[in-house]
Amino acid sequence: MVKTIERRPGRLGVLAGRPAGAGLAVRQRTAIWIRRRRLAPYLLLLPSLAVVAALVLWPTVQIAVFSFQNYGLAQLAGTAPTQWVGLGNYSQILHDPEFWLSLRLSVISAAVMVPLTLAVGTLVGLLLSRLGRRMAAFVSSVSVLAWATPAVSASVIFVWLATPDGGVVDWFLTKLPHWLGGGAHWAGFSWTNAALPAYTLVTALVVWTSFPFIAVSVLAGLRAIPPELHESARVDGAGPWRSFWRVTYPLLRPIFRVLFLLSVIWDFGVFTQVYIIIGELGQRDEYNLGIYVYATAFQLPPAYGQASALAFVLTIILLVITVGYVRASVKEGALQ
Amino acid sequence: MRGRLTRRTRRAGLNLLGLLVALVTLFPIFWMVSTAFKPATEWYTLNPHPLPAHPTLSNFRAVLDGSVIGLPYWNFLKNSLFVTLVSVLASSLMALLAAVAVARFRFRFRTTYLIMLLIVQMLPMQALVISLFIDFRSLNLLDSLVGLILAYTAWALPVTIWMLRNFVAAVPRELEEAAAIDGAGPVRVFWRILLPLVAPGLVATSVFAFVFAYNEFIFALSFLGADTAKFTLPIYVQYFYGRNGADWGAIMAASTLFTVPVMVFFLLVQRRLRAGLVAGAVKG
Repeated sequence: MVKTIERRPGRLGVLAGRPAGAGLAVRQRTAIWIRRRRLAPYLLLLPSLAVVAALVLWPTVQIAVFSFQNYGLAQLAGTAPTQWVGLGNYSQILHDPEFWLSLRLSVISAAVMVPLTLAVGTLVGLLLSRLGRRMAAFVSSVSVLAWATPAVSASVIFVWLATPDGGVVDWFLTKLPHWLGGGAHWAGFSWTNAALPAYTLVTALVVWTSFPFIAVSVLAGLRAIPPELHESARVDGAGPWRSFWRVTYPLLRPIFRVLFLLSVIWDFGVFTQVYIIIGELGQRDEYNLGIYVYATAFQLPPAYGQASALAFVLTIILLVITVGYVRASVKEGALQ
Repeated sequence: MRGRLTRRTRRAGLNLLGLLVALVTLFPIFWMVSTAFKPATEWYTLNPHPLPAHPTLSNFRAVLDGSVIGLPYWNFLKNSLFVTLVSVLASSLMALLAAVAVARFRFRFRTTYLIMLLIVQMLPMQALVISLFIDFRSLNLLDSLVGLILAYTAWALPVTIWMLRNFVAAVPRELEEAAAIDGAGPVRVFWRILLPLVAPGLVATSVFAFVFAYNEFIFALSFLGADTAKFTLPIYVQYFYGRNGADWGAIMAASTLFTVPVMVFFLLVQRRLRAGLVAGAVKG
């Protein structure tokens, strides 16, 4: 590229004195040069690649570098030099009970959210495939609304639904008959003061937000299955349960694999909903890993080095799951 | 006769189930809007009613006048729209170029590049916000909408490219070749042939970039700390909720004003969107 630019003025000068047709315009020359060298795809990729490299890839490298350094407020301000501390930040993490607590919360909550989201989404997808056209369009439009609700709004709404004074959830639970677990003891129950109720609320919110995506994806897969398969299963005496596990599931397995891995990645890393429901960074025993990373970096005094080590651990965990996701996608022919 | 009857009850049962799913799904949104129209005496009660008995606009007035941060809602809407539109435009343009490269050319590192795109989509923002914060601080991009635009453009690109390449690949190559034979240069082919044909796909993918930027929380929370006038809508709503204690009427009004535009937008482009959703996330 640099070469052409250097050559341009000279060629232009020569061209100027020649009759038309003997030489080509600079634009055409460059075009030919690009084609001969097969540079076009690289030139097309260049702008986006530069932006992604600078603002996504480079920060990832930096996180890895910072995680081996003693990087705090003084280093940020430039009043103290950065010191390499080797694996110091990592050994600190391993001996940090708060890290293990937050990791446990992330793992457990994902282990509950993912199957629940997949089950609800699949059931709704199956329902949609059996509904009449109008009803199906109505239900899926409504579901898209849930999916389109911004995480911040959805979180604030769910806090309001479950607020101890005046929230509709507690009101509903007090009205519920005893044998269903309802009763007066729900009056004024706080859903955000302890980890278990708070994450129950987060789970409800995550399922509400993400089941539409699963449902629509499953529906698209179901539409591709020839109806004869289910019919012959029914003729052979298979009920809906059997027919799902013997016909539908095996055929949709690639889709389910991708949806499962995507859900794991999303639900393990859920941040905004937790941040708002637990009330910003106040309750340390309600941190999940992402919130703990964030609090370590941005609560005073900021410990960027240690936070980077935590962030790197979080990134690696997600990357390991991502490898599975990439393999599943490649198997499905995603790279064609 | 019996078969027809059971089929009819089955159908009714399914419709009932569908209605139930729709109601449960819609309830939180309905409750937000309904609360936004209720005077305080009606939402601060132990016996809430689904609909406001005396609907009022005072909650909306409080939000629009700016009773909390001292700035009206429009200021934050303006910030959000500015950041969102510019980053969507920038990322769509760059993504289109990249999508053409991936869909039209076979080149070295193509597979590597595609795998990188997939992986990059999964990097956790709450982790990388740390180094981005440090970089932006040294570049004077904190408390700046330009900084947010840069970050949103970069983070929207991988998904946009990933989805757009399917749409580019679907444009028949023969059309471009025919135009080229007729003497059109590559730039002309791009503007006159490819762009009009990819436009529907561009709409579908830009919806995702739009929603991402309009809803984004972590970067905005971290980069827009000090200057409340620069807040985008998500941060504004969260701040409003944090500062307003328990004025749920006003909080829900702010949340409604933030949510309803994106919902209307979604319903308008819904059909295209589903095509994009399926093309982007399931088939690849």
